[in-house]
Amino acid sequence: MLRAGEKAMIAYILRRMLVSVPILLVVLTLVFLLVRIAPGDPAVAALGDYASQEAVERMRQRMGLNKPLWMQYVDFLGQLARGDLGRSLINDVPVSQQIRRVLPYTLELTGSGIFVGLLFGIPLGIVTALRRNTLLDYAGRIFGLAGLSVPAFYLGILLMLLFAVELDLFPVVGGGELSDLRDNLHHLFLPALSLGLIMTAYITRMARSAMLEVLNADYMRTARAKGLQERVVLIRHGLRTALIPVVSVVGVYSIVLIGSSVMTEVVFSRPGVGKLMVGAMKQRDYTTLQSIMVIYASFVVIINLITDIAYGLIDPRIRYE
Amino acid sequence: MWVTFKRNRTALVGVVLAVVVILLAILAPWISPHDPLKQNVYHRLKGPEPGHPLGVDDFGRDVLSRVLWGARTSLVVGSASVLVGLMVGTLLGIVAGFKGGRLEYVIMRAVDVLLSFPTLIMGLMVMAILGSGMTKLILAIGIVMSPRFARVAHGPTLSIREKEFVMAARATGADDLWILRHHILPNILGELLVMASLWMATAIRIEANLSFIGLGVSPPTPTWGNMIRDGVKWLTNAPYLSTFPGLAILITVMAFNMVGDGLRDVADPKLQV
Repeated sequence: MLRAGEKAMIAYILRRMLVSVPILLVVLTLVFLLVRIAPGDPAVAALGDYASQEAVERMRQRMGLNKPLWMQYVDFLGQLARGDLGRSLINDVPVSQQIRRVLPYTLELTGSGIFVGLLFGIPLGIVTALRRNTLLDYAGRIFGLAGLSVPAFYLGILLMLLFAVELDLFPVVGGGELSDLRDNLHHLFLPALSLGLIMTAYITRMARSAMLEVLNADYMRTARAKGLQERVVLIRHGLRTALIPVVSVVGVYSIVLIGSSVMTEVVFSRPGVGKLMVGAMKQRDYTTLQSIMVIYASFVVIINLITDIAYGLIDPRIRYE
Repeated sequence: MWVTFKRNRTALVGVVLAVVVILLAILAPWISPHDPLKQNVYHRLKGPEPGHPLGVDDFGRDVLSRVLWGARTSLVVGSASVLVGLMVGTLLGIVAGFKGGRLEYVIMRAVDVLLSFPTLIMGLMVMAILGSGMTKLILAIGIVMSPRFARVAHGPTLSIREKEFVMAARATGADDLWILRHHILPNILGELLVMASLWMATAIRIEANLSFIGLGVSPPTPTWGNMIRDGVKWLTNAPYLSTFPGLAILITVMAFNMVGDGLRDVADPKLQV
């Protein structure tokens, strides 16, 4: 039997998922329209500039481009609902198959980036807040600013220069074999470090600011006045409150990080959804492009959902009602 | 306000750096040691040396001159796209807040959805559809940023709408446009400017990203992003081709972020980043 709290939580998650449906729908509609107003005929793009008029016409028929726009839209949504992402305009491979092949690489990359960010960002933020205006704090702040400002692709290049070209410790390109853990991690290290450093900078900045605000709070003074040990005051009273705003930015920055992962995949020539997207853009492969946007929109929805749930776990004031 | 800002040393360093970058960009035609487009194959891939302090690229073009001219592209695209975003977004936000009703609902829900999407991926998508070129790039980054400005403009408009001075103005016969110009815009301008300086940094970064992928300003116009893209091929024997333009991006983006942080501290002293 589920307890009342758990029931409320599950109901909340289901309700939140329902709310995500219109968000997904808006993104899908935008993507559908954007792809259709793009210059160039997708049928010509698929066949090349030298295709005969009849061949182009046959292709348009096959791709459903002769139907009225609203019918294309209904077809598009219908296909998606059945989990059918269509076939690539360039090589006729099912898009779902292509995405399934590269998705694990993108997931492991962004996942480890977020993990590294949490692992180092939160402690760094707390320490710099506690040692405010010391050398350590200044160093932390410069690191935070630099991480906020550096483009992911440039950081990737710098890491590549140091660890791959100069020290020859890690491979420069590729994603490694997924089945071979050692090889996979070996290829993952530099790209993950590159995203992880950026995420660490984001989280450090936010954790520091949240902690500074908490340190001056009245209830912290009260806790100290009660005679509690400094460690208990900081961890039980300070940290938990400070973590609430941090959780929300982790959600927001995870989404930013997904954007950066595109560039990281391109720089490291790593298989992944982002690299697939850039390739599809250059070749005007609109079915692939449209499906990838669906995948990214789902990422965003899932991350927002996790953030909301994490919020409730940390902040006892939030109830799932 | 100025006193609080002046006391913030990081923000002052940011201002100085930003001014230096802006001056270098303006003065590029006069201070560049060479023509940024002139090729000299006899010098190709020469490292830093007298006459070419940052080296020479694979076409024999002077890297320092290209970095200086690249600053122009970055700053022009950055400021113009922020302006586009600011105008479109503010208009949307104010109209939504002022008119209310179904229009507000539609605009603000669309803004929420767009805000939840990674800016860079949206920029890539819009660029893929518009095609490359400077004007299109400015439009693309501007469009991507407009929901942020809409959000900032919307909140205060809502509260100002209900203020007594607005009602008084309306009672004396002022029309919507007059109220917008005299009461709403001056009240939200400060917050919008803080956003603009922070988003200037982001705009420059997005421009670099798009150019790096090859969806930005077309070559041979020097931009930091496409300089790095060309330089990556020579990472092992001529790393300076990508590191110097990258450093220029880092310094510029950092400068605008420092100014933005400082302005935000003045506007919202509670938040200490």
